[in-house]
Amino acid sequence: MKYLTEFRNGEIAQRMAQEIHARATRPWKIMEVCGGQTHSIIRNGIDQMLPAGVQMIHGPGCPVCVTPLKLIDQALAIAAQPGVIFCSFGDMLRVPGSQGDLFQVKGRGGDVRVVYSPLDAVDLAAKNPEKQVVFFGVGFETTAPANAMSVNLARRRGLKNFSLLVSHVLVPPAIEAILQAPGNQVQAFLLAGHVCSVMGYWQYPPLAEKYAVPMVVTGFEPLDLLDGIRRAVVQLEAGRHEVENAYSRVVTHHGNRAAQQLLAQVFEVTDRAWRGIGVIPQSGWRLNAAYRDFDAEQRFQIAGIHAHESPLCRSGDVLRGAIRPSECAAFGKQCTPRHPLGATMVSGEGACAAYYNYGRFISAEELAKTSVSS
Amino acid sequence: MPEAFVPDFSNWSCPLPLADYPTIVMGHGGGGKLGNELVEHLFLPAFRNSALEDLGDAAILDLAGARLALTTDSFVVQPLFFPGGSIGELAVNGTVNDLAVTGATPHALTAGFILEEGFPLAQLAAIVDAMGKAAAAAGVQIVTGDTKVVERGHGDGCYINTAGVGLIRPGIHAGPHQARIGDAVIVSGAIGDHGMAIMSVREGLEFESPIRSDCAALNGMIAAVLDAAGSAVHAMRDPTRGGLASTLNEIARASGVGIVIDEPALPVRMEVQSACELLGLDPVYVANEGKAVFIVAPEAAEVVLAELHAQPLGREAARIGHVVAEHKQMLVARTAMGATRIIPTQIGEQLPRIC
Repeated sequence: MKYLTEFRNGEIAQRMAQEIHARATRPWKIMEVCGGQTHSIIRNGIDQMLPAGVQMIHGPGCPVCVTPLKLIDQALAIAAQPGVIFCSFGDMLRVPGSQGDLFQVKGRGGDVRVVYSPLDAVDLAAKNPEKQVVFFGVGFETTAPANAMSVNLARRRGLKNFSLLVSHVLVPPAIEAILQAPGNQVQAFLLAGHVCSVMGYWQYPPLAEKYAVPMVVTGFEPLDLLDGIRRAVVQLEAGRHEVENAYSRVVTHHGNRAAQQLLAQVFEVTDRAWRGIGVIPQSGWRLNAAYRDFDAEQRFQIAGIHAHESPLCRSGDVLRGAIRPSECAAFGKQCTPRHPLGATMVSGEGACAAYYNYGRFISAEELAKTSVSS
Repeated sequence: MPEAFVPDFSNWSCPLPLADYPTIVMGHGGGGKLGNELVEHLFLPAFRNSALEDLGDAAILDLAGARLALTTDSFVVQPLFFPGGSIGELAVNGTVNDLAVTGATPHALTAGFILEEGFPLAQLAAIVDAMGKAAAAAGVQIVTGDTKVVERGHGDGCYINTAGVGLIRPGIHAGPHQARIGDAVIVSGAIGDHGMAIMSVREGLEFESPIRSDCAALNGMIAAVLDAAGSAVHAMRDPTRGGLASTLNEIARASGVGIVIDEPALPVRMEVQSACELLGLDPVYVANEGKAVFIVAPEAAEVVLAELHAQPLGREAARIGHVVAEHKQMLVARTAMGATRIIPTQIGEQLPRIC
């Protein structure tokens, strides 16, 4: 637990925030890439500690949020089939497809289960040979090794009834897409610590150089985030644009080589549609030819899926950092966690849900009236 | 022929959820907004009466000159046996605690069993034995019961319903709508133990020392607090499903006040915090089965804390916040960083995050 308490020390956090205040002489816009970082920033109120000019822009790194609606609809269709055990991480269950969510499929008799690891789904396949077990494998480079391991293991165990509904997305192409977008305002990036623990950070110096933006590999605890922001501000003020590692207790330059080897055996790079953003070339992984047999999209030929997004939802603008969640006209009105119009309002890591749940629609003045010491 | 009951949804703040969930989903039982809506818009209109409308942990009935508390609860926990207890202790203690937090002295319980064909008698005997011991420890008797058996596949081994009745202590009018501005918020011990004990078993998490459920009867501890502080205790609740967050939100809503808690002051065991981090959960939403929250007049806070610290179940009690006039009907936390965040009521079950 030291790993937690040490990095949540309020006094040290205040000192680090003061240093950021002292260093920042101009306004800067910094994007944290990962949804886990967004969650932690809002939950701990890190953004409230920063100078007024230093603005955090919440990036597209929430795997639930960028999963295309069409894939959710495919998941719902597969999960509703008889003889299927559909396994997923918990927060995918409430993501609305065009019609309903996985909870409703479960309520109507579908066998939908929350698992914590795709390897649990492989075990389920071994225990239920008469059923088709499907794991909903979404996410960034972070969740990919376990998904790769699941099909690798299923093959070694000779399981013919396991498959992956897989839609992996990759961080570097997304960063490049943001930097290339017209009107981009992001001036520095906090790189996703967990992604880098798998992939290392050797992929990023060419991006930092090409677009002249500083990038800091950053963790998820309050002090990690403040350190990442501080380093980004120091670079911005000095006119530097380097890749720094502020999460060295977890991340190395080369990353986890065993995981990377496994990924290369199982996946191949492909174009991917990002919900709210569109197709980004070469921005995802799919199962390669050697593992195509384990692809649920191949196994369950789901036809006739035409996904419709809500015209009110501006999650794409949120994911690109063009607007804050509260600047969307539907935020907190037509769109709430109770009735989300888009995935950014569903996932705990989604920027809209984080804003809503932690009350960022209430004026700072009203919150400021509150004092614990009184 | 009575007229068919037509639910009145005309006053829903948002009519869309009905279209979203035309069938029952697991979240309706998760102790969050979905369950609240079911109660407020489906059960309440059908059953409407003044005792029910308080929506307290137990109903309060004025009967033959006595003030009675009456409550019922059903238990469907899996696994049936877990570190620190079983469904048997839960079924007794849960109902005893619902009576105790209403300010009642629990007297008698009922026990109804729904058993699945094929359920081992040895397990039933262990559960019933646990219930007997828990009842004796809490000083109540199980005075009537019922048994039904359903076909294999139609139940989950063993479901238990208990109801309980008790006498409200004279002079005690505590209730969730009685919180006043300035009141202190006190929790009787570490939060999240029960929920994480269950989750750890379900997910196969192992720790150096296993997380044990805090399942316990609170009537003794609560009686001691009421003896010491009496009417200065304005509200009491046992934060079960939905955790501390749901309980404090309910009190804030019922009393029309704001509540602020100081996050670093929350007592959370290290292993519970670790398990929550691993599973992507927030301990404020995790269930407890042996904790009470007290909303007390500020001048009585020290007395209540001292009394709790003298009790075996209250040794880790802590003052965690207070009641304010701002942000009415909302729970706000002051984070370790000195910033603030709102802690809302969950919609349904707490969902583990992907990564």
